[in-house]
Amino acid sequence: MQLDLRTVSIKPLRNTFTHVARHIGGDKPASRYQEGTFELQAHHNFHYRPTWAPEFEIFDASRTKIVLEDWNVLLDPRQFYYGSYTLARARMQETAEADFALVESRGLADAMPADVRDLALSVLVPLRHVEWGGNTNSMFIAAYGYGAALATPSTFKAMDHLGMAQYLTRLGMTLASPEMLDEAKAAWMDDAMWQGLRRYVEDCFVIQDPIELYVAQNVALDGLLYPLVYGEIDGRLASMGAGAVVSMLTRFQAEWFTETQRWVDAVMKIMAKESDANKALLEEWISTYYARARAAMQPVAARVFGDQTDDVLAELTEQFATRMKKQGITPRLEA
Amino acid sequence: MSNVFIAFQTNDETRSIVDAIMADNPDATLDEQPAMVRIVAPGSLVVNRESVEERMGRDFDLQELQLHLITMSGHLDETDDTFTLAWLN
Repeated sequence: MQLDLRTVSIKPLRNTFTHVARHIGGDKPASRYQEGTFELQAHHNFHYRPTWAPEFEIFDASRTKIVLEDWNVLLDPRQFYYGSYTLARARMQETAEADFALVESRGLADAMPADVRDLALSVLVPLRHVEWGGNTNSMFIAAYGYGAALATPSTFKAMDHLGMAQYLTRLGMTLASPEMLDEAKAAWMDDAMWQGLRRYVEDCFVIQDPIELYVAQNVALDGLLYPLVYGEIDGRLASMGAGAVVSMLTRFQAEWFTETQRWVDAVMKIMAKESDANKALLEEWISTYYARARAAMQPVAARVFGDQTDDVLAELTEQFATRMKKQGITPRLEA
Repeated sequence: MSNVFIAFQTNDETRSIVDAIMADNPDATLDEQPAMVRIVAPGSLVVNRESVEERMGRDFDLQELQLHLITMSGHLDETDDTFTLAWLN
């Protein structure tokens, strides 16, 4: 018996879904990110309006004052969908776990001068409550913002904040003891140094406009807090004798911010480009919330920088202004 | 001038690599075969790390493309930023 093998090439009739093809310029193979993002948002034939807010449809783009012709354009440059997101975080987590393991196995925490360690703990551990606020706010944006392009990365960001709260918790337990967490909670509730920031976080909980909240949390607060705490303060602690210990234990947060700001910047850029009205609104929000965030972070920065605080904050504000300018946004920021 | 070519498996990752190559090499032609995509270019062909990263949305190490590589022809010049195929003789 003789077998003849031959190759049959089967051309797919179509490469992707019609609704995806509309967005990528024709029937081409689409990435998983594109297929998992475009027009996933339900937008027609809603039967009932929510009883708690009958002025809106259940999914309603007019919950925010920002107007976009098409909310599918808010693409995430990181192209995160469930698979790529979890892979990226797993890699970061592996590094972070290795860092914690090294600090613990070599007893590096004990090598730190006690006053530097206390300073680090007093600034870092209460921030777990800020991270929890970031989680709540990101979930709000995901729930009430319009379109999967915005909602998906917001849910991921919410989970990131929980993860970072856990890393701060572990930092407290690694450098001190579990009682440190109660002390940090007490400081967050009562210490004058934290009340401005606590007010900021709690005020964010009652912002109704999802994009205004996006600006308050993701642009203004994150845009100041992460470079300040995981950049400037981290550097100062290192030079005071913490060496690389604090940097290692907060590495996840530092890397996370570098990555996530790419998404935040892209969203700002697209919204501002769409219309002058959007741009003006974003500039107004950023001016308001950045000024508030700066006032809120001032006492925290002062704990570490003393009389150099204003110089440090001015420098960070300038960097932030440059960052926004690249997205075509020029908010009024005090030097 | 002789042609150089490079062939990849067709998958989600290589789509960005192929898009980057096609954008950076205007003379290149795309030959889509079952489960494989082959890019042919006269003289030389370059893969730029930055163009791939832009399309992939993450940091990309050019050596990662070896994971998806089926075959290639040409002399290879590899740096951190570019992966160049050319006939140098």
